[in-house]
Amino acid sequence: MTHVQHLKPFLRKTPFHGPMEALMHGNGWIRWMGYYAPAFFDSEQSEYFAVRTGASVYDVSPLIKYSIRGRDAARFMDYLVTRDMTKVKPMQVVYTAWCDDDGRMIEEGTVFRLAENDFILNAALHQLHWLEEAAYGFDVAIEEISEQICGLSLQGPTAREILKLLGVAGIEKLAHFSILEMAIDGRWLRIDRAGYTGDLGYELWVKPKDAVWLWETLFRLGDPHKIAPIGSLALDMTRIEAGFILVDADYIGAMHAIRPTQRISPYEAGIGWAVNLKKEAYFTGKRALAREKSEGLSRHILTGIEIEGRKPAAGSFLYADKAGKQELGLTTSAVWSPVMKKNIAFARLPPRYATPGQQLWIEIWYPKEQKIERSMVRCWTRNRMFFDPPRKKQ
Amino acid sequence: MSAGYDAAIIGAGHNGLVTAAYLAKAGLKVVVLEANDRPGGAAATREFAPGFRVSAVAHLLHALHPRITRDLGLKRLGLSKGLKATGTAALLPDGGRIEISRDSAATSASIGRVSPADGAAYAGAIARLVRLSGALGGCMLRTPPSPAMASNDLRTKIDLGLFALSLRRLGRKDLLELTRILTMNVADLAGDLFESDSVKGLLAFEATLGAYLGPRSPNTVFNLLYRLSSFGPQGMGAFHLPAGGMGAVGDMLAKAAGNAGAVIRLEAPVEHILVEKDVAAGVVLAGGEEVRAGLVASSADPQATLLKLVAPGQLDVQFLKRIRHLRMNGCVAKIHLALDGLPDGWADGARRLVFAPGIDHVERAFDCAKYGRVSDSPALEVVLQSLADPSLAPAGKHVASILFQYAPYKLRTTSPDDARQQVLERGLDTLDALAPGIKGRVLASEVLIPHDLESQFGLSGGQWHHGEVTLDQMFFLRPAGGFQRYRMPIPGLWLCGAGAHPGGNVSGAAGANAAREILRDVKRRRAAR
Repeated sequence: MTHVQHLKPFLRKTPFHGPMEALMHGNGWIRWMGYYAPAFFDSEQSEYFAVRTGASVYDVSPLIKYSIRGRDAARFMDYLVTRDMTKVKPMQVVYTAWCDDDGRMIEEGTVFRLAENDFILNAALHQLHWLEEAAYGFDVAIEEISEQICGLSLQGPTAREILKLLGVAGIEKLAHFSILEMAIDGRWLRIDRAGYTGDLGYELWVKPKDAVWLWETLFRLGDPHKIAPIGSLALDMTRIEAGFILVDADYIGAMHAIRPTQRISPYEAGIGWAVNLKKEAYFTGKRALAREKSEGLSRHILTGIEIEGRKPAAGSFLYADKAGKQELGLTTSAVWSPVMKKNIAFARLPPRYATPGQQLWIEIWYPKEQKIERSMVRCWTRNRMFFDPPRKKQ
Repeated sequence: MSAGYDAAIIGAGHNGLVTAAYLAKAGLKVVVLEANDRPGGAAATREFAPGFRVSAVAHLLHALHPRITRDLGLKRLGLSKGLKATGTAALLPDGGRIEISRDSAATSASIGRVSPADGAAYAGAIARLVRLSGALGGCMLRTPPSPAMASNDLRTKIDLGLFALSLRRLGRKDLLELTRILTMNVADLAGDLFESDSVKGLLAFEATLGAYLGPRSPNTVFNLLYRLSSFGPQGMGAFHLPAGGMGAVGDMLAKAAGNAGAVIRLEAPVEHILVEKDVAAGVVLAGGEEVRAGLVASSADPQATLLKLVAPGQLDVQFLKRIRHLRMNGCVAKIHLALDGLPDGWADGARRLVFAPGIDHVERAFDCAKYGRVSDSPALEVVLQSLADPSLAPAGKHVASILFQYAPYKLRTTSPDDARQQVLERGLDTLDALAPGIKGRVLASEVLIPHDLESQFGLSGGQWHHGEVTLDQMFFLRPAGGFQRYRMPIPGLWLCGAGAHPGGNVSGAAGANAAREILRDVKRRRAAR
């Protein structure tokens, strides 16, 4: 033995860990930002159907949350992100990217605007260093509040019914990407209508001391509405159907790229719609992104593809021809969509191949009877938002 | 609101005025906006005691580029009138001195009294360093290339080729020597060249002056070469004292710019740069007056320009970080003395006296600065201005302008007021040991520490070169990699001061280079229309 690693317990438990552990029917814990997080409770498939046909509950407490407030907070946020923050009203959520000087994406996530000069930035990775660098010259206070609140994502067609039973006044009228704050049984509760599943859904935020109350209340009220806890595997299936990209899966954050060429722009990540070059304020990367757009410098665009057959196609090469002479790009995330009965994936394609409807070829290697076999099948470019039911916004 | 100009220049320092003169000569409508009540910036003369006037910041003229002198007709405006060249005298602790002048036989004899070997070696060694620096100096009036070769235009590639050629023409031995010494420290180089600590100390002083570096810090040979380049074809060949002090140079450049048609507005401090739709559209003065212009060129230093004059939220995060982290720790203080008379022997010989009696003396002086203190025992440069121009002091009296090295801007526990006090006390004590009784002859004095240079002359960090002259902050890295072509990230905003290539000294080179790039851009845009 050449090396002994003395492991000490260091993973933290979120405030929902107790009730989650009771439902953990297998060895489903994985590490997420230093916390125990469920990959699954029972089975990925049944959890997936909870999202699409009932109501699913996923613990989003490990998300990293920053409070940004102060006299210049509104101006600072507009300088930080690619969206036009002047168009976001208090108690609204916006999905946005933020970039480095070269217009390469550091990350994307949601911003809650709670008041004129009071924001919360939700991120998957730590951003404090970048935020503090960016805040030079602005009168803002930036604080990481990840442990001050904890949250559950309640997603699925019956989610609203459960919240009605909870007694949330005005839940019927809460529009997509809006926020409500209230007290229930004397407990502070914030609800935003957003999520990572592309379905009707909400995120519920409480103080850590009220976590168990929230969990138990939801499951008690939601029982007739097919409420079920889910893990990250089922969530991943739904987010691919919804076309949502994931850092470190579909792109590498600019601060984490080992080679500068690994960094990608929001245009290349296929979220060019979240870049507002016409907004009044300057934002970091705006000049670089304007140049990328006007000079057509995007190297590739992350787009959706629909693939013939059922073979899982993550990390597969795409070609313009069946012979595989002209290589076009690579898939990132992929899934068989049970509700749509389609084999779908995200693919990095040259811009001229990224418009929906084009036929390409994909080379999939798959295991079969202790061998790896190759199949070259057709695929077609599609809008990446494969699953977009009307109930999401209704 | 004022009438629109083609160009608004921030700061009537020498570079701002040079840019203004070139732009106005090319037919642009130019306004220069200066915060102070006189032009010249750090090239200024002022009265610090009744009847006593002195060059307030820069006090020797040696780097003014001959091509700029010619282009702007500075000789016609009286540049050479009353301009006195001076050698250097190294003051030795025993009261002796080494006289260094353009007369190499006399210099050799003078050094020979301390060390015959150094006396024999000196002229050849310095001539070689000047020759090496001359090869680098060839890029003074050229726009630095981009390190990404493909992004350079033909003209820049040709310039780079010419630069390479000038290096080749040094010959194999000199080129090797240049490569060897370029990044070295001056203590080692001095050890290679000389044996006497007196001569080594002088070289150490010349190589560290104006930088937050000691003789044993890397990059000091580069600083030496940088200063020596003005003694070759890219400068004036020697230190000069202008009649009327350095303010006369500022006035002359203001005249050149004014004659060319530029409007110079004094006491018009720029409060911020006006940016509309992410493009520079003019400036707003402290009183709120808007001065609109097609382009804005700032001769203020990069930190003042980009961190103070540009409102937050107009520049990219990483670029701003680079600018914030520019090394701008000024560490030279100025002492101005009104003297009843000069010590014995000071009236003859060189008007520039240097006290740096050895490598260790300078290194120890730097040690204090390294830990945020004023040097206990400083190295000094004393310029006897009234010897060159008696009108700077009342009859029979004298002024001395003294550089005190080191008095760092970044002080650890010392307050600026204490630092001012310490500079005066330690400076006078050092002088009095060399010329006993000089303390008693001081009629009035003034001390400017780097904080004063910042508050009175707008030099961030009191750094008179707008950023230290070291390899990591020079050429295509000045002020920051990717922004070496005088264009700042905001379209229409230009940097034309010493914070851009080729940096400090009263040379006008940065101003001339910026003007050339601005005019190319204007021409290109006119052609596109």
